[in-house]
Amino acid sequence: MSRKKLKANPMRIAVGGSRIDTSQPLSFTFDGRSYTGFKGDTLASALLANNVHLTGRSFKYHRPRGIMAAGAEEPNALVSVGTGARLEPNLKATQVELYDGLSARSQNRFPSLRFDLGAVNSLFGRFFPAGFYYKTFMWPASFWMTYEHFIRHAAGLGRVSDEHNDPDRYERMHAHFDIVIAGGGMAGLMAALQAGVSGQHVLLAEDMPVLGGWLNSVKDMHIDALAATDWADRAAERLQQMGNVTILKRTTLFGYNDHNYLLLAERVSDHMAEKPGHLPRQRLWKVRARQVILATGAVERPLTFASNDLPGVMLASAAQTYLHHYGVLAGQRAVLMTNNDAAWHSAFDLHEAGCGVRLIIDTRAAPAAALLRRAEALGIAVRAGACVTAAHGGTRIARIEVASTDVDATRVTSDTEHYDCDLLLMSGGLNPLVHLHSQARGKLKWDEKTHCFRPSGVHEAEQSIGACNGTFGPASALREACAAAVRAVKANGGDAVLAECPSVTAASFNWSPMPVWELPSGHPAGRGGKAFVDFQNDVTAEDIRLAVREGYHSVEHVKRYTTTGMATDQGKTSNINALALLAEARGTDIPSVGTTTFRLPYSPTSIGMIAGRDIGGLFDPVRTTPMDGWHRRNSAKFEHVGQWMRAWYYPKDGESMEQAVSREVRAARTTAGLLDASTLGKIDIKGPDAAEFLNRIYTNSWLRLGIGKCRYGLMCKDDGMVMDDGVTTRLADDHFHMTTTTGGAARVLDWLEEWLQTEWPELQVYLTSVTEQWAVATLSGPAARDILQAAGTDIDLSDENFSFMSMKEGYVSGLPARLFRISFTGELSYEINVPARYGQALWTVLMNAGAPFGLTPYGTEAMHVLRAEKGFIIVGQETDGTVTPHDLDMGWIVSDKKPDFIGKRALARQSMAAHDRKQLVGLLTTDPAQVIPEGAHAVLDPLQQPPVDMLGQITSSYFSPTIGRSIAMALLKGGRGLSGQKVYIPMLDGTDTIEATVTSTQFYDPKGERLNGKS
Amino acid sequence: MLQINCPFCGPRDESEFTCGGEAHISRPLAENCLSDKEFADYLFYRHNPKGLFLERWRHAAGCRRWFNIARDTHSHEIIEVYAMGSKPKTAAARKAYEQNWRRGTAAEAAARIGANPAGANPAGAKQKNRSGK
Amino acid sequence: MTENTIDRGRPGLSERRKRYSVFSLARQARNYHQGWQQAWRHAAPKSSYDAVIIGGGGHGLATAYYLASVHGMTNIAVLEKGWLGGGNTGRNTTIIRSNYLWDESASIYEHALKLWEGLAQDLNFNIMFSQRGVLTIAHSEHELKEMSRRVHAIRLNGIDSEILGPSEIKSFVPIINIDPSIRYPVMGGFLQRRGGTARHDAVAWGYARAADDLGVDIIQNCEVTGITRQGQRLTGIQTNQGYIKTRRAGCVVAGHSSLLAEMAGIRLPIASRPLQALVSEPIKPILDTVIMSNAVHMYISQSDKGEMVLGAGVDKYNSYAQRGSFPVPEHMLSAAVELFPVLSRLRMLRHWGGIVDTCPDASPILSKTDIKGLYFNCGWGTGGFKATPGSGHVFADLIANDRPNKIALPYALNRFETGLLIDEHGAAGVAH
Repeated sequence: MSRKKLKANPMRIAVGGSRIDTSQPLSFTFDGRSYTGFKGDTLASALLANNVHLTGRSFKYHRPRGIMAAGAEEPNALVSVGTGARLEPNLKATQVELYDGLSARSQNRFPSLRFDLGAVNSLFGRFFPAGFYYKTFMWPASFWMTYEHFIRHAAGLGRVSDEHNDPDRYERMHAHFDIVIAGGGMAGLMAALQAGVSGQHVLLAEDMPVLGGWLNSVKDMHIDALAATDWADRAAERLQQMGNVTILKRTTLFGYNDHNYLLLAERVSDHMAEKPGHLPRQRLWKVRARQVILATGAVERPLTFASNDLPGVMLASAAQTYLHHYGVLAGQRAVLMTNNDAAWHSAFDLHEAGCGVRLIIDTRAAPAAALLRRAEALGIAVRAGACVTAAHGGTRIARIEVASTDVDATRVTSDTEHYDCDLLLMSGGLNPLVHLHSQARGKLKWDEKTHCFRPSGVHEAEQSIGACNGTFGPASALREACAAAVRAVKANGGDAVLAECPSVTAASFNWSPMPVWELPSGHPAGRGGKAFVDFQNDVTAEDIRLAVREGYHSVEHVKRYTTTGMATDQGKTSNINALALLAEARGTDIPSVGTTTFRLPYSPTSIGMIAGRDIGGLFDPVRTTPMDGWHRRNSAKFEHVGQWMRAWYYPKDGESMEQAVSREVRAARTTAGLLDASTLGKIDIKGPDAAEFLNRIYTNSWLRLGIGKCRYGLMCKDDGMVMDDGVTTRLADDHFHMTTTTGGAARVLDWLEEWLQTEWPELQVYLTSVTEQWAVATLSGPAARDILQAAGTDIDLSDENFSFMSMKEGYVSGLPARLFRISFTGELSYEINVPARYGQALWTVLMNAGAPFGLTPYGTEAMHVLRAEKGFIIVGQETDGTVTPHDLDMGWIVSDKKPDFIGKRALARQSMAAHDRKQLVGLLTTDPAQVIPEGAHAVLDPLQQPPVDMLGQITSSYFSPTIGRSIAMALLKGGRGLSGQKVYIPMLDGTDTIEATVTSTQFYDPKGERLNGKS
Repeated sequence: MLQINCPFCGPRDESEFTCGGEAHISRPLAENCLSDKEFADYLFYRHNPKGLFLERWRHAAGCRRWFNIARDTHSHEIIEVYAMGSKPKTAAARKAYEQNWRRGTAAEAAARIGANPAGANPAGAKQKNRSGK
Repeated sequence: MTENTIDRGRPGLSERRKRYSVFSLARQARNYHQGWQQAWRHAAPKSSYDAVIIGGGGHGLATAYYLASVHGMTNIAVLEKGWLGGGNTGRNTTIIRSNYLWDESASIYEHALKLWEGLAQDLNFNIMFSQRGVLTIAHSEHELKEMSRRVHAIRLNGIDSEILGPSEIKSFVPIINIDPSIRYPVMGGFLQRRGGTARHDAVAWGYARAADDLGVDIIQNCEVTGITRQGQRLTGIQTNQGYIKTRRAGCVVAGHSSLLAEMAGIRLPIASRPLQALVSEPIKPILDTVIMSNAVHMYISQSDKGEMVLGAGVDKYNSYAQRGSFPVPEHMLSAAVELFPVLSRLRMLRHWGGIVDTCPDASPILSKTDIKGLYFNCGWGTGGFKATPGSGHVFADLIANDRPNKIALPYALNRFETGLLIDEHGAAGVAH
């Protein structure tokens, strides 16, 4: 590669990283400044390559923060990425894949990252310990909303875009696999190979864009005599050649649910400069796995000491990853602070690559001789039995204080010496990533040797292997992977074809760190600089001790009181340190403190992806009738009824809703109207016991209904409350056609099925929903018969032949039809059912035939007025699940002869007879022009001050064009006893009150003389 | 998301099913002359154990058939799926059936009476299924 | 039917207790916060108490506090199986409102809301009660009618409530999508300005600290293993920390009520169901109120920390696992993005589940039982948090006087025999 590119990346070493394509430079901006990186970089590695360490400000104290880690565990380097509607806040720079033209901004700072006014908070840091807000902002009481306003604006991290509509598309995938493997590192690859050669249907999901995991971060390791990365590439190739293995990169297994139901987030095009139109942005995988193998690795623990949050203080493993994976030097004058062997090897690597490691500090008094020899050979000074007591620097670390400690590293035993450095590597040992195992309700056990929580005991069909199982040595991890895969294959009933378990050559060392959870500072408790445990939420070791001091002993209380572990890194680096400090403060051990439960998601997961395509038009289906087109062409207004869109009213030029509705009502009363009733629920009921079944379901009697006759029925739930109503017709001895309310159709079918299948299986009855099979036009009004005649029908429409409440089959202008002579308007009317595909035709035919008579289409609103004039109820409007047939004054439909029906016993409960139950009555306003708002409540004493004793609510209220005055129905306490009395209906504005008289609900044609069309 | 093995369609995601709550509830008849209190046991009171629970499910988005399952309400493990009208076979589920307080209620006793002789009650309600006789 | 004067008990704290204030904070800062007292003693159980509250959640601690501060019963203990506030108190979406349809509901929730107002001062603990308003959205002509019914009833009960049109809603909640062409358009809504949110953990801690100050023993990690009685009279409580003699016990263990009842040999009409909620990553403020939509099953607010807090309805089957099924949050997030497109590019940070008691009529039970001296407070379903102070206040009164007061009366267990339910299903929309 050319010198020029290297100049652009001062900290990029010439050999490049194992996964960096130096032939593909990419330019990007951070806080408006342009930089160059390379294909394969993350935003974090590219910034480091440009020697940029300061990336953000902390949540509470606005302290300068830099890049501490190299993966999902990063607590500090949060940035907003993208522009316009694609802006996404709070992304971890360590996870953002670099693409050409990427634009990133730092967050939570004003006016700029280098100079942030919020930093003043850290001057007063002493006044805001954990939970300080619970102790103040209480005076004066009325001021909290003001305090809160400022607190809220100080809190929060990034900002959302001003453009709210996400331009990107999301997809879902549903899949089944024999074995799902989470993590494409060494162990995951090995397990996939083993399962793959055994012919299992395997999914291998890797969070990163490349497979290999930690293998990409090591130098002196060989597997089967191949360099680690080459072995990984070889393994990936072999897997790709297997037709039975699916590999998903850039895919996070974020949710582990019951019965091995897994949720994975695949980032399909986030890393592309140009988002291709045919690709979704992200894809949600919903996978049911027979066996799961977790190989999610481990993350390094930070150490706790004063100012351990300065930019330039970095996990040793992260620096090693930036070196080998990305070819970036995180610094040039480095110091290592550790309590374990592994970090020494990171330091050696980094030193050899040019990081200029000048000092290794180990809390252990006597590190292994081999390590000491190698350090000496490399000319690295060593301070054993010592620790960093504080770090110093402005927006980057410049200096550290070091002092000797006693043997358990609890006390400082010497004066401090100062060392300059631009990079402080820290390593406190490893934390297995047990999150998914824990999500799967597996148990955790504290390992006294490696000082970490390890999986123990599974709940689902799941195994953990490698570092996430606390198995850190590569050779044993490989053996574990092979064994686990074989177990999984066998559990699935497959034959395990044994794959060769490869041999490993790598520096071997002891994985047991010295348990040091906080480095001594030499200062008394509470003094000295802030030593951070949860970096993102600015929780210090002192905060944890404060919580314990104040009695917050449970790990959950400490978490909630200090907010440790609740930041967007979900405590990946802070949990164990916090637990250890809590245990110490409580004078107990870590296992007895316990852990908090891990829940999905493993890492923050896009809400847009989860919503997927179930938004906009696809949020919920829209149901339309076969006549829908006609309604739209004739400028109908629609109303939502469940999923249905029903024609509400048909305003003619310039008509108001009121005008249109009263025109439609008048037409139905004087000539004729036509209603699209197709949405009514229709259930076809067949079988020898059909009549007996209806007899048990409805409150009235059904055994003796004649063939071709219709009957109105009311059904109750078994608690006696009205559930649904409708007209049911006997088509044959063993065949009925039931209608239900539009909204109740599905509920009623389920209800009937439930009784048939679970309570009365001895009944031979078969139910079929035929709601969509029939289009229904209700022709209603004095001229109905003549119009039907004009339309042409072979049915004799005379009263003698076709009486009220009966059904005839025949043809209407050539269309096969079932005619029901039933009436919801009180007028002569026919419900004409034709096969759905003829719906539009039937409607047109009738409209044409009716034109000379002045036939008028009417919508649901006019239908409501028409039935209200007759005092007919609508279930769901006059009822709300708390109303009995008797409350509706419909005792006439409740058979007292039948020994039983659904609801009978409940209706006999003594309280059901109470006189003060709400009963349905009619209301006539004193001023006939006044229409009471539906939902308003009636009272006896209009002058009573709240809380007012309410009689009950107005359920239906309209202006009746037929009677020429307003009418209303209401459910009033003891309503029937109030007949003739005045009640008062207060209005919301409080000013005016409507006076009305309690009456019967039959406002029009109480004798029902109009049913035969004689006006 | 549970995976439920529909006896008619095979294993399917929970989202295809609806849960009908406690299984084996006998419906007393109106003429069983139970007190309001005894009737409430049938109408409103449900077993709510932490542990093995016998419940009714319906494959709503599939065959629309009802069936019973024995599921642990804490581990969510399903140890048995069995037909409407039958009792569980596994020992644990049988124990759960026997130990349910409902076995001793007047409502269930009444329902049992109501159950036979078959046809004795015009309103039917032969207590075939929920009671599992 | 809400009463207008409430005995809030003795406000503030005794002299034994160091009060919280900006001054104490400053004083403590000077000695590096070494001098703070424990918020509550970690008491060991005595051999007997005048009354025992089983369950150290918000309701239980509030009950104990009001027993001590209003009724002067200080020889009492709160037994908590795990850690204080570890049940639904610490798992809910903290919505507070009192705009319920039925008189009985309005009465108890408004009683609670009045206690919320000023609770921080009563307890000398900032529970961050934020009266930012609760706005319930209607998406259909039918819902508009139901809304009208509710608002009329709420107003006549003397509770604040106002109807907003789509454009008023838009100006009140700029991020909401009121495009009439969406599947369930925003057609209107009603707002209770006195409603809002509070810091759930702080409620438990604040009550615990104030109760402890009055001498109440708060005993954590104390699991009740049995309830002993002579005939139909309570005599004591068996726990994993030994036997406690008492003639009065109040059970307030949402989620596990049926199990406690079983120990006592009584039954409850309750099913334990999972209730799920989730939060997004924190962002700068974009939502200054609480929005609820029953039609699309979701409610949302933004915490003071900046997280968007979302919840939905309960799962469909019984569970004690404190985890629900993914389709529920999945649908909830679709609904949320539908109404608030800006959420699409945010990320879900945490998701969790609680166990709620659900009642046949979606209303709580505050009741004596067949066993003299044993009382139950349960069945709050998804709406318990908002009732915390009222529930505790009324339950304390029930235990102290062994008779339900006007507010508690309708919530007695016998309503399931008489059929006089308080059905908050359907019309009222109980989804929080």
